[in-house]
Amino acid sequence: MREFIDGATAIARGALDAGATFFAGYPISPATPILLHMIRELPKVGGLAIQGEDEIASISMCVAAAMTGARAFTATSGPGMSLYSETIGLSIMGEVPLVIVDVQRLGPATGGATTPGQGDVQFARWGNSGGYPIIALAPGNVYECYSLTRVAFDLAEKHRCPVFLLTDKELFQALTTADVDRFEAPPVRERVVAEALPAGTHGLRAEETTIPYRAPAPDAAPAYAPIGGPHIVRFTGSTHDEHGFLTKDPVKVGKLNERLRRKIEDHAAELEMATSTTAPGAQTAFVSYGVTTGAMEEAYRIACAEGRAVSTLAVQSLWPVPENAILQFVKPGDGEAVVCRIVVAELNHGDFRREVERVVYRWCAQARVVPPEIVGINRVDGELITPAQFLEQIVGG
Amino acid sequence: MPGDSQLRTYRNERDYPFCPGCGHSLVLNHLNTALVKLGVDPHRIALVTDIGCQGLADQYFVANAFHGLHGRSLAYATGIKLVDPDLKVFVLIGDGGTGIGGAHLLNAARRNVGMTVLVMNNFNFGMTGGEHSVTTPPGGVTVTTRKGNLERPLDICATVAVNGAGYVWRGTAFDRELPDVIVEASNSESFALLDIWELCTAYYVPNNDFSRKSLLEMRERLGMPVGLLHREDRPEYARAVREANALLLGKPALPANPLPALFTSPLKEEFRFVVAGSAGGKVRSAARVLGEAAILSGLFAAQQDDYPVTVQTGHSISELIFSPNLIHFTGVTRPDALVLATEEGRKASARYLKALTAESWLFTTPEFANMDTPARKVVVDLDAMGIKGGRKNLAWLLSVYALNQLGIISAEACEEAARRGQRAEVAEEMIAGLRRVVGGEKAACA
Ligand SMILES: Cc1ncc(C[n+]2csc(CCOP(=O)(O)OP(=O)(O)O)c2C)c(N)n1
Ligand code: SF4
Ligand SMILES: [Mg+2]
Repeated sequence: MREFIDGATAIARGALDAGATFFAGYPISPATPILLHMIRELPKVGGLAIQGEDEIASISMCVAAAMTGARAFTATSGPGMSLYSETIGLSIMGEVPLVIVDVQRLGPATGGATTPGQGDVQFARWGNSGGYPIIALAPGNVYECYSLTRVAFDLAEKHRCPVFLLTDKELFQALTTADVDRFEAPPVRERVVAEALPAGTHGLRAEETTIPYRAPAPDAAPAYAPIGGPHIVRFTGSTHDEHGFLTKDPVKVGKLNERLRRKIEDHAAELEMATSTTAPGAQTAFVSYGVTTGAMEEAYRIACAEGRAVSTLAVQSLWPVPENAILQFVKPGDGEAVVCRIVVAELNHGDFRREVERVVYRWCAQARVVPPEIVGINRVDGELITPAQFLEQIVGG
Repeated sequence: MPGDSQLRTYRNERDYPFCPGCGHSLVLNHLNTALVKLGVDPHRIALVTDIGCQGLADQYFVANAFHGLHGRSLAYATGIKLVDPDLKVFVLIGDGGTGIGGAHLLNAARRNVGMTVLVMNNFNFGMTGGEHSVTTPPGGVTVTTRKGNLERPLDICATVAVNGAGYVWRGTAFDRELPDVIVEASNSESFALLDIWELCTAYYVPNNDFSRKSLLEMRERLGMPVGLLHREDRPEYARAVREANALLLGKPALPANPLPALFTSPLKEEFRFVVAGSAGGKVRSAARVLGEAAILSGLFAAQQDDYPVTVQTGHSISELIFSPNLIHFTGVTRPDALVLATEEGRKASARYLKALTAESWLFTTPEFANMDTPARKVVVDLDAMGIKGGRKNLAWLLSVYALNQLGIISAEACEEAARRGQRAEVAEEMIAGLRRVVGGEKAACA
């Protein structure tokens, strides 16, 4: 059976099904529907939602709630993302499992409050002092709004870091027809509380039964223990040792900061998500994400019907960048997929094209092969990129 | 020590890092005494510290610690309390944090979130080198007020008291009764704030020839009273929220609203249908019902809306796509049919009007009967049909008329969708209108 559903509802349902128990947010177009959904729905599952006095309070409450046992998330749009920035850094440093939904609108500043945009791609990645990596997922349709929300909660739990769900006004608010049974439900790991360490464990302090920031590996997050739970824990946003005490010891500092980077970057290959279609003989590859993938798919359908060959890549993990998926279009070893033009379509000035260029040009330089031409389809006039704009860019075929 | 519910001291083995004579050490000793008196299991204490010299404090205690960003400690304490309302939450914040976190101060007090806030107020920013703060007294010399402070100091106690705090006290770090005050404040189970005046021996003291005695003189000069200033019994917020929410527990959360294909549609290919009307003219809700009616007719539907930020004025446009196949792209550049309900809708429809061809349809009111268009124009005269008060449902009435004429979606499907998706009174009104237009006189076709 089918339903008429918008991205907002799919995300809200994804969060509820992923076990969310806490939400705090400040009203902002176009993200407000999530706040309204959560105020209404979270009490039904024993959780609660609150409208904070501003975005800083909202995300701060989420961070504290997440460290007190809740599964927390928040939602905002560009101006709110700006106010989240400092706390995004706190979530990275303190290793907070937190999902942040950014319903992108046209920027900069207040910009176009009810206009779609995709201009927060680099902002999400670099919007923390220190430049630490984060995870950002971009659903391309209403099914993915649901499934990637679940994935976001799962990854936040595993890596204990902020995970962004980057969507946009149009995908979020447009109603589309979905098959109720076609929603995929990727597993979301349960919240696991750290076991008590055996007495005499090396380094265990007198009051401790767990060591809050001792990680099992140099590329992994420590086991989670909530405030108010079975262990006395410390949470901190300052550079710290494994107990959560402030430190300037270069060995400890370096180890911590390297781990915060490596726990994401060393797992890039397993985190990368993208779906591609490769047509034999295609000389053009389209790359897109979010709402723009809809136009790309329609263009692909038209091209196929007209007998024109084109390959496509719909990116779900904007961060980490799906390097392997992108490189299939340039690596000769992969045979048929190699193209002479990559077209990156997005509602910004080329945020993700930079990444495609970086990945492709670096690989081609190292392999000493001539890179394909990389061009952008970009719109910042508040209108969507159309299938016709994609079709114009096909070479050969 | 796990399992201990009560400690002889809540201090750990580490020495305070503060300058000699710094008031922070005194306050923390008082806090320790208070915790011993309270005798709470340290697992059930959350010590939230702000940023600044006082922000270092959590590291010297045996209790859960939360050390976040500058000025946000009250927001963290709120988050903690909302999740675990039975935790004993203490916030240690400076006069600096109180200033930058002013919004959180007002709101935590206003909500009456249960926490005990110790404002370790030394009239300047200790950690960053003695700059002035919101509490620096008039004339106070700091590195940023070298000729003496010209700003009026914030009366923290009066501010939170007038805004709903449950317990408000002012005194100094030298007050012997401070541990008992902390105990009483914590037991009040409300937003309790203690404005504790202190000496910053590194900056404020040398810059102002300040001393313990100056603290006493200052309260006379500023006219700020000391002691217990305010008590108020109000429901504690975290518990109140839980209680209010309890009624909803167990109800199904956001269930799917499946729309079975009860009807059929002869539509063979994608049809783009744009409804242009005025804000407040129920354009979006009408469009939604039509989309649902399409799905009830076995079609795929998509709806995208455009409206100004001020939703009760200006245009409101809904783009609908009906299709027997999956819809990838939800944008509409050329409508197959445009429903033009009002002047505001027309003004915002220039690009649709321009795109119309002889193949397209335009459904509109007598107001636009003379409009120049290559499209097949159908003028629907509700007055002539004897439909009174049709204006407020104009978008709906024109749209159902159009879809019925075009034979895309049946009137029965539209009725069923209205019944399923709208409140009973609204559905009734929509259905009554629909029956009148569908059964009404033939419209003029120009
Ligand atoms: C957002 C932000 N701005 C500025 C700072 C720098 N900073 C650190 S402590 C502090 C002021 C602390 O003063 P106060 O709260 O009175 O604490 P004290 O050191 O006097 O105990 C400032 C401005 C910061 N950490 N974060
Ligand atoms: S600078 Fe001032 S507040 Fe900081 S430790 Fe020294 S005396 Fe205390
Ligand atoms: Mg101070």
